[in-house]
Amino acid sequence: MPRLSGAQIIISQLERQGIRLITGIPGGANLPIYDALARSTTIRHILTRHEQGAGFIAQGMARSTGQPAVCFATSGPGATNILTALADAYLDSIPLVCITGQVPRTLLGTDAFQEVDTYGMSMSITKHNYLVRSAADLLTILPKAFRLAGSGRPGPVLIDVPKDVQTEMVEFVAWPEPFLAADHLPSDLKSVGQAAAMINEAARPILYLGGGVIHAGAAAEARQLAEQSAIPTVMTLMGLGILPTDHPLSLGMLGMHACRATNLAMEECDLLIAAGVRFDDRATGRISAFCPNAKVIHVDIDASEIGKLRPADAGITSDARHAFAGLLPLVQPRQRRRWNDRIQRLQKDFPRFPPQSFAPGKPFQLIRRLAELAGPKALISTDVGKHQMWVAQSYPFTTPRQLLTSGGLGAMGFGLPAAIGASLAFPGRPVVCFSGDGSLQMNIQELATAVEQRTSVKTVVFNNQSLGLVRQQQRLFYERHYFASSYSISVDFTAIARGFGMRAFDLNGAADPDHLLRQAMVEPGPCLINVPIDIEEDVTPMVPPGAANTTMIGDDHASN
Amino acid sequence: MPATDADLTAATLASPTTILRLTVNNHPGVMLQICGLFARRAFNLEGILCTAIGQGDASRIWLTIDAADKLDQIVKQLAKLEDVLAIEERPDAREQVGDMAAMMARIG
Repeated sequence: MPRLSGAQIIISQLERQGIRLITGIPGGANLPIYDALARSTTIRHILTRHEQGAGFIAQGMARSTGQPAVCFATSGPGATNILTALADAYLDSIPLVCITGQVPRTLLGTDAFQEVDTYGMSMSITKHNYLVRSAADLLTILPKAFRLAGSGRPGPVLIDVPKDVQTEMVEFVAWPEPFLAADHLPSDLKSVGQAAAMINEAARPILYLGGGVIHAGAAAEARQLAEQSAIPTVMTLMGLGILPTDHPLSLGMLGMHACRATNLAMEECDLLIAAGVRFDDRATGRISAFCPNAKVIHVDIDASEIGKLRPADAGITSDARHAFAGLLPLVQPRQRRRWNDRIQRLQKDFPRFPPQSFAPGKPFQLIRRLAELAGPKALISTDVGKHQMWVAQSYPFTTPRQLLTSGGLGAMGFGLPAAIGASLAFPGRPVVCFSGDGSLQMNIQELATAVEQRTSVKTVVFNNQSLGLVRQQQRLFYERHYFASSYSISVDFTAIARGFGMRAFDLNGAADPDHLLRQAMVEPGPCLINVPIDIEEDVTPMVPPGAANTTMIGDDHASN
Repeated sequence: MPATDADLTAATLASPTTILRLTVNNHPGVMLQICGLFARRAFNLEGILCTAIGQGDASRIWLTIDAADKLDQIVKQLAKLEDVLAIEERPDAREQVGDMAAMMARIG
């Protein structure tokens, strides 16, 4: 009969779950777990410089592989630091298991050193959470946490373990079965026939695909549905990569920073086939004016999403793959020439980007050039801000899980650690982190982790010495009352990177920027590339917050 | 401060209410789960009664809610909570729950 401590039970179960990488930082309240982890021969620990970095690196692994990833933090500040990464995973439905240390049971509730109510604070930003009250409970809680994180609509699960539970010895008969495969509730496909009929009858349908399609591994089926019935397709930020950017039916991203033709096409559609999306305000604009003439088919694995913001004429509570598999045999092959001609007309009238040549200061050609150099196998992470939207608008994505970005929470500081996680999960693949000077400074300490762990992360800093998207809003909506949105000192990011032992390149004043980029991208190992960007270079078009998606401003090149 | 008349009677609610009967895992965080959900999703919760049932592993919670308030969403969001084992809409229990509320008001 095994007789083990709570900490040993945790580590053994993580090994049995097949976990090979854990991120985190030790501290007083989780040292027994670290002592047990030190004895593991199969798990590699990634020591980060900040717990938020640990949470986002784990997310980088989970987002790029689709499998639950694990991160550790100690009590008090360790736990509060990692909360942002949990909230981010919650809003983007990313499977994560976070194990925090807590003060001993005898001290719970006494305002002990490094005690905070981690359980209470994490409740609203986790799919489920536990405060473990006895070591024996860990035997059931661990497999359950993995089942919850990875099944249905994925999400983060937090397990808060008091220090004396970690050291408590337990004798038990047998290990519980690890949880290894996602365990979805049966699909409710009774509306599939009705939905297929709606698709067959529609004259101007649009497919509206989001992260749920990627979580379900349903990109191939989505593409088949689009092609079989010639349905123009829009993707949310979380859905980019489902259809390749250059696919003839792809209209790219919808919403606040969509190209004009995309939002105008949606205005004209008579059927919206929404799958794995939640009608987020950044995608829909003013919801009452969103696709005003369209009937709605809504596919989601989370029943509460159907009808939450927009009533569905046909609701299918299902994993997107099962739903598409049910729809495909019933959907008639179509050409939809008139509708697709109309869309092409819109795209011609309102071109995607202003004509721009490759030069430092201008984002689009730079992004396209970096994409060429990185190749189709590259994994891309972004931070949050202007650079994120430019990448979403112009990077030629080819596959799901290629883009890792903080969609729901919009957490600056996400990009670098997420890229490190992707690089650890796929050591052979190129990884590019597009960041901004504002975002990078929110988790810049993880440059050390990128070097220490011998990752291949190339961090490209779009440097406009400002919080660019904030400044853009102040220009557009606050009468150019610029306040607290630009930095008065210029930070030498290349010097900082070198201080961390990382190679660094600066496009500022480079005689041959293309040569420099090639050099940076070709050399193995991590590097940082500083790219000056004009402070007035805006993200356009823009739908003002709260306005209808047809109210787009700023894209003068597209007004004809 | 002496109790006023208003304290002594159960509130008379302007809008029609309905009753949800929940069976939940009984542990120290479960009330926080339920109340937190109502607070963060801006659902109105008019009343709550909770007691342990069976061997003490589970609790029964009676919720009085505004019937006009996104009932479908409330039920679906509650159903997603891992600690919620069962939900029933029980408008028929309105009178008994009202009696309990009145009794509590009489205790003062």
